[in-house]
Amino acid sequence: MTVLADPMAAREHARAMAGTIVEAMPCLPPEASDLPAGVAAEDLVWEETVAPGGYAARRLARGSRLRLIDLQGDACASLLIYNAEMPTERLNVADTVKVQWNAYLGAGKLLLSDMGRVLMSILEDDAGTHDAFCGTSNARTNAAKYGEGRNSGPFPNGRDRLLLGSAKHGLQRRDVHPCINLFKGTRIEADGTITPLIGPFEPERKVVLRAEMEVIVVIANCPHVLDPRDQWSVTPLRLTAWRGAVTPEDDPIRNATPEGQRAFLNVEDYFRR
Amino acid sequence: MTTDPGLEGLAGIVVHDEIVPARAPWLHHVAAGQTLRIVDLEGNQAVDFLVYSAADDAERYSAQDTVAAQGNLFLRTGSVLLSNEGRPMMTIVATSVDYHDTIGGACSCESNTLRYGHHTKSQHACVDNFLEANLREGRGKRDMVSNINFFMNVPVEKDGTLGIVDGISAPGLTVDLRAEMDVIVVVSNCPQINNPCNAFNPTPVRMIVTA
Repeated sequence: MTVLADPMAAREHARAMAGTIVEAMPCLPPEASDLPAGVAAEDLVWEETVAPGGYAARRLARGSRLRLIDLQGDACASLLIYNAEMPTERLNVADTVKVQWNAYLGAGKLLLSDMGRVLMSILEDDAGTHDAFCGTSNARTNAAKYGEGRNSGPFPNGRDRLLLGSAKHGLQRRDVHPCINLFKGTRIEADGTITPLIGPFEPERKVVLRAEMEVIVVIANCPHVLDPRDQWSVTPLRLTAWRGAVTPEDDPIRNATPEGQRAFLNVEDYFRR
Repeated sequence: MTTDPGLEGLAGIVVHDEIVPARAPWLHHVAAGQTLRIVDLEGNQAVDFLVYSAADDAERYSAQDTVAAQGNLFLRTGSVLLSNEGRPMMTIVATSVDYHDTIGGACSCESNTLRYGHHTKSQHACVDNFLEANLREGRGKRDMVSNINFFMNVPVEKDGTLGIVDGISAPGLTVDLRAEMDVIVVVSNCPQINNPCNAFNPTPVRMIVTA
């Protein structure tokens, strides 16, 4: 019998951990010393660093900004987006590239739902290497590449992380839809060949998204499925979100294309109640 | 002695042979080992295509897993259609078209409002066909994922520009798919009339299953 057979001792042992700081953890209440000019500290809603192989899921209000920072240059943010009020509406990668007549994500691009609406838009992007085509790893691809890929093992796969994150908002296997990858990119050659752009890149590259609807974001931070390295390689991903204004009618991203203008009209129509 | 050009090159016995009318949905269970041939009867008719595992329909075609595994966006002879869990569902064992699309998705009433304007909202669309067919078996909107567009041409240019352009199919061209597991095939014979995917004229296609 160890000393922890005593519940009070077990309680003391557990409580003694309080205040431990590790690299990948949420910060509660949220605190960030590097908010953009004009953002008040009290508008910060989320500050969390996602571990290599980790995941995060959160509901964000319309107008919120979500900043993702690839702290050490080797993160891969696989992103699902649901309409929080009606999660059967979700990110549609095919409509996202087709409606915008372009394969590549970057500043000014819209992340479209399957209902002709903008779930989020990309406000800022200094990375430029993103991927709307390859999706994420699964248990089989990780097993083939790294020997195993279970949630409970050392090399978790992206799909199983997205499943867990979605499940925590009541969603199921059939809800986990095609994702986009931020920070790890692909380029498409004329014959259709996919060239992965895996880096590692310089640290601190960042992307800022704006929620155009009430959304649930689910983010997995696992190696890109076409990462050519034999080693399972991924570094922490920092997430920061703050409250922001709903996109006004004269917003430049909203007005960049006629397709985008109509997508914002559809968002406004949805919120007209 | 067969003189039916639609059957040319097919082995085995025909267990199902059906014309899907222009603009219509189609749902069919194909057993492991059977081969489904789709015939583009009049040429350049987009056939929007989804596959579900018959044993567990939460496992379904994944365009992303498929293109990542083959390192190429286009579906050609030899392409293996993978599920969202990375398992082979069907294999393209032959096709007389150079390549097929799996990035363009399905047209919907809603995306039509973005691409063409709100005047197209009332037009019939592939997502409505997929839903109509899937609803018969208890699947719904959550079960809609990125699909294949057989006989549709979506090139990607160097700067990322992409679009549905004039097709590379022709009357009588085919694609043959061997089922690697028991699958449910759900098709929308695309009704789109606002882009070149159907040469602005939706036409019937033929579905032949051999065992």
